[in-house]
Amino acid sequence: MSENEQPIFAEIRKDIADNDVVLFMKGTPMFPQCGFSAAVVQVLTHLGVKFKGVNVLANDEIRNGIKQFSNWPTIPQLYVKGEFVGGCDIVREMAEAGELQTLFDEKQVAKAS
Amino acid sequence: MGEYSNRIAAKLTAAFQPTRLDIVDDSSRHHGHAGEHPDGGGETHFNVAVESAAFAGKSRVERQRLVYGVLADELKERVHALALKLTAPGEG
Repeated sequence: MSENEQPIFAEIRKDIADNDVVLFMKGTPMFPQCGFSAAVVQVLTHLGVKFKGVNVLANDEIRNGIKQFSNWPTIPQLYVKGEFVGGCDIVREMAEAGELQTLFDEKQVAKAS
Repeated sequence: MGEYSNRIAAKLTAAFQPTRLDIVDDSSRHHGHAGEHPDGGGETHFNVAVESAAFAGKSRVERQRLVYGVLADELKERVHALALKLTAPGEG
Protein backbone atom coordinates (compact mmCIF):
# COMPACT_ATOMS: atom_id res chain seq x y z
CA MET A 1 0.00 0.00 0.00
CA SER A 2 2.69 2.45 1.03
CA GLU A 3 4.37 2.72 -2.37
CA ASN A 4 1.15 4.14 -3.81
CA GLU A 5 0.29 6.37 -0.87
CA GLN A 6 -2.28 8.99 -1.84
CA PRO A 7 -3.43 12.04 0.10
CA ILE A 8 -6.95 10.64 0.29
CA PHE A 9 -5.72 7.58 2.22
CA ALA A 10 -5.38 9.74 5.36
CA GLU A 11 -9.09 10.55 5.19
CA ILE A 12 -9.98 6.90 4.65
CA ARG A 13 -7.79 5.85 7.58
CA LYS A 14 -9.47 8.42 9.80
CA ASP A 15 -12.95 7.19 8.85
CA ILE A 16 -12.15 3.55 9.59
CA ALA A 17 -10.33 4.47 12.82
CA ASP A 18 -13.09 6.72 14.14
CA ASN A 19 -16.00 4.39 13.35
CA ASP A 20 -16.43 0.73 14.32
CA VAL A 21 -18.21 -0.08 11.08
CA VAL A 22 -17.75 1.85 7.84
CA LEU A 23 -19.44 1.07 4.54
CA PHE A 24 -18.00 2.67 1.41
CA MET A 25 -21.02 2.65 -0.84
CA LYS A 26 -22.84 4.21 -3.76
CA GLY A 27 -25.45 6.58 -2.37
CA THR A 28 -26.33 6.93 1.29
CA PRO A 29 -27.71 4.39 3.77
CA MET A 30 -31.09 6.13 3.41
CA PHE A 31 -30.91 6.31 -0.39
CA PRO A 32 -28.54 3.69 -1.81
CA GLN A 33 -27.95 4.12 -5.54
CA CYS A 34 -26.84 0.60 -6.34
CA GLY A 35 -28.41 -2.76 -5.55
CA PHE A 36 -25.19 -4.18 -4.12
CA SER A 37 -24.74 -1.26 -1.74
CA ALA A 38 -28.41 -1.49 -0.78
CA ALA A 39 -28.01 -5.18 0.03
CA VAL A 40 -25.16 -4.51 2.47
CA VAL A 41 -27.07 -1.65 4.12
CA GLN A 42 -29.96 -4.03 4.60
CA VAL A 43 -27.72 -6.65 6.26
CA LEU A 44 -26.13 -4.10 8.61
CA THR A 45 -29.50 -2.61 9.50
CA HIS A 46 -30.93 -6.06 10.13
CA LEU A 47 -28.04 -6.92 12.47
CA GLY A 48 -28.59 -3.65 14.31
CA VAL A 49 -25.07 -2.25 14.21
CA LYS A 50 -24.21 1.40 14.02
CA PHE A 51 -22.32 2.19 10.83
CA LYS A 52 -21.06 5.12 8.85
CA GLY A 53 -21.91 5.17 5.16
CA VAL A 54 -19.39 6.94 2.93
CA ASN A 55 -20.94 7.89 -0.40
CA VAL A 56 -18.20 7.36 -3.00
CA LEU A 57 -20.39 8.96 -5.69
CA ALA A 58 -19.99 12.27 -3.86
CA ASN A 59 -16.20 12.22 -4.11
CA ASP A 60 -14.21 10.83 -7.04
CA GLU A 61 -11.02 10.88 -5.00
CA ILE A 62 -12.51 8.51 -2.45
CA ARG A 63 -14.21 6.46 -5.16
CA ASN A 64 -10.87 5.70 -6.81
CA GLY A 65 -8.78 5.90 -3.65
CA ILE A 66 -10.71 3.27 -1.72
CA LYS A 67 -10.14 0.76 -4.51
CA GLN A 68 -6.38 1.30 -4.26
CA PHE A 69 -6.43 1.47 -0.49
CA SER A 70 -8.20 -1.89 -0.12
CA ASN A 71 -6.73 -3.49 -3.23
CA TRP A 72 -10.33 -4.27 -4.18
CA PRO A 73 -11.83 -3.11 -7.50
CA THR A 74 -15.50 -2.86 -6.59
CA ILE A 75 -17.91 -0.95 -4.34
CA PRO A 76 -19.40 -1.52 -1.73
CA GLN A 77 -16.62 -2.24 0.73
CA LEU A 78 -17.13 -2.98 4.40
CA TYR A 79 -14.63 -2.21 7.15
CA VAL A 80 -15.03 -3.40 10.75
CA LYS A 81 -12.72 -2.00 13.43
CA GLY A 82 -10.27 -0.87 10.80
CA GLU A 83 -10.15 -4.21 8.98
CA PHE A 84 -11.38 -4.85 5.45
CA VAL A 85 -14.12 -7.48 5.52
CA GLY A 86 -15.18 -7.61 1.87
CA GLY A 87 -17.79 -6.58 -0.64
CA CYS A 88 -21.41 -7.52 -1.17
CA ASP A 89 -20.89 -11.25 -1.90
CA ILE A 90 -18.75 -11.77 1.17
CA VAL A 91 -21.03 -9.78 3.45
CA ARG A 92 -24.05 -11.74 2.27
CA GLU A 93 -22.28 -15.10 2.63
CA MET A 94 -21.02 -14.22 6.10
CA ALA A 95 -24.44 -12.99 7.18
CA GLU A 96 -26.12 -16.18 5.96
CA ALA A 97 -23.57 -18.32 7.80
CA GLY A 98 -23.94 -16.28 11.00
CA GLU A 99 -20.27 -15.28 10.75
CA LEU A 100 -20.93 -11.58 10.48
CA GLN A 101 -22.83 -11.51 13.77
CA THR A 102 -19.96 -13.46 15.34
CA LEU A 103 -17.47 -10.95 14.00
CA PHE A 104 -19.49 -8.03 15.37
CA ASP A 105 -19.76 -9.76 18.76
CA GLU A 106 -16.07 -10.58 18.91
CA LYS A 107 -15.07 -7.07 17.93
CA GLN A 108 -17.70 -5.61 20.27
CA VAL A 109 -18.97 -3.15 17.70
CA ALA A 110 -21.41 -0.45 18.77
CA LYS A 111 -25.12 -1.10 18.32
CA ALA A 112 -27.40 1.22 16.39
CA SER A 113 -29.13 3.59 18.76
CA MET B 1 -22.30 -16.28 -25.24
CA GLY B 2 -20.87 -12.83 -25.77
CA GLU B 3 -17.26 -11.81 -26.16
CA TYR B 4 -16.75 -11.01 -22.48
CA SER B 5 -18.52 -14.14 -21.28
CA ASN B 6 -16.13 -16.13 -23.42
CA ARG B 7 -13.09 -14.24 -22.21
CA ILE B 8 -14.13 -14.64 -18.58
CA ALA B 9 -14.70 -18.36 -19.08
CA ALA B 10 -11.34 -18.84 -20.82
CA LYS B 11 -9.36 -16.90 -18.23
CA LEU B 12 -11.01 -18.55 -15.23
CA THR B 13 -10.56 -21.99 -16.76
CA ALA B 14 -6.87 -21.37 -17.43
CA ALA B 15 -6.21 -19.89 -14.00
CA PHE B 16 -8.21 -22.19 -11.74
CA GLN B 17 -8.99 -25.44 -13.65
CA PRO B 18 -12.47 -25.27 -12.13
CA THR B 19 -14.48 -28.38 -11.33
CA ARG B 20 -17.58 -26.20 -11.82
CA LEU B 21 -17.96 -22.94 -13.69
CA ASP B 22 -21.19 -20.99 -14.19
CA ILE B 23 -21.27 -17.61 -15.87
CA VAL B 24 -24.54 -15.74 -16.19
CA ASP B 25 -24.83 -12.39 -17.94
CA ASP B 26 -27.13 -10.53 -15.59
CA SER B 27 -26.88 -7.20 -17.43
CA SER B 28 -30.50 -7.03 -18.57
CA ARG B 29 -31.59 -6.72 -14.95
CA HIS B 30 -29.51 -3.56 -14.70
CA HIS B 31 -30.96 -1.86 -17.75
CA GLY B 32 -31.03 1.89 -17.30
CA HIS B 33 -28.64 1.64 -14.35
CA ALA B 34 -25.49 3.75 -14.24
CA GLY B 35 -23.23 0.78 -14.98
CA GLU B 36 -24.94 -0.04 -18.25
CA HIS B 37 -22.64 0.20 -21.26
CA PRO B 38 -23.58 2.99 -23.69
CA ASP B 39 -23.61 0.55 -26.62
CA GLY B 40 -26.49 -1.33 -24.96
CA GLY B 41 -24.77 -4.65 -25.64
CA GLY B 42 -24.98 -5.91 -22.07
CA GLU B 43 -22.06 -7.87 -20.66
CA THR B 44 -21.60 -5.40 -17.83
CA HIS B 45 -23.03 -7.42 -14.94
CA PHE B 46 -22.12 -11.05 -14.39
CA ASN B 47 -22.92 -13.69 -11.82
CA VAL B 48 -20.02 -16.11 -11.70
CA ALA B 49 -19.70 -19.31 -9.68
CA VAL B 50 -16.38 -21.14 -9.61
CA GLU B 51 -15.55 -24.32 -7.77
CA SER B 52 -11.84 -24.99 -7.74
CA ALA B 53 -9.27 -26.76 -5.60
CA ALA B 54 -7.21 -23.57 -5.95
CA PHE B 55 -9.51 -21.91 -3.37
CA ALA B 56 -9.02 -24.54 -0.66
CA GLY B 57 -7.55 -23.09 2.51
CA LYS B 58 -8.02 -19.51 1.31
CA SER B 59 -10.20 -16.84 2.90
CA ARG B 60 -13.13 -15.28 1.07
CA VAL B 61 -11.16 -12.10 0.52
CA GLU B 62 -8.15 -14.02 -0.85
CA ARG B 63 -10.36 -15.98 -3.24
CA GLN B 64 -12.03 -12.87 -4.63
CA ARG B 65 -8.72 -11.06 -4.98
CA LEU B 66 -7.41 -13.97 -7.05
CA VAL B 67 -10.41 -13.74 -9.38
CA TYR B 68 -10.30 -9.94 -9.59
CA GLY B 69 -6.62 -10.24 -10.50
CA VAL B 70 -7.29 -12.68 -13.31
CA LEU B 71 -10.16 -10.53 -14.67
CA ALA B 72 -8.51 -7.13 -14.13
CA ASP B 73 -8.64 -6.20 -17.83
CA GLU B 74 -12.30 -7.13 -18.19
CA LEU B 75 -13.19 -5.12 -15.07
CA LYS B 76 -11.29 -2.14 -16.40
CA GLU B 77 -12.70 -2.28 -19.91
CA ARG B 78 -16.33 -3.09 -19.50
CA VAL B 79 -17.45 -5.26 -16.64
CA HIS B 80 -19.11 -3.12 -14.00
CA ALA B 81 -20.18 -5.78 -11.53
CA LEU B 82 -19.12 -9.32 -10.81
CA ALA B 83 -21.13 -11.26 -8.26
CA LEU B 84 -18.85 -14.10 -7.22
CA LYS B 85 -19.50 -17.42 -5.54
CA LEU B 86 -16.15 -19.10 -5.03
CA THR B 87 -15.94 -22.50 -3.44
CA ALA B 88 -13.48 -25.33 -3.01
CA PRO B 89 -14.66 -28.86 -3.79
CA GLY B 90 -16.74 -30.29 -0.95
CA GLU B 91 -17.92 -26.93 0.35
CA GLY B 92 -21.28 -27.23 -1.41
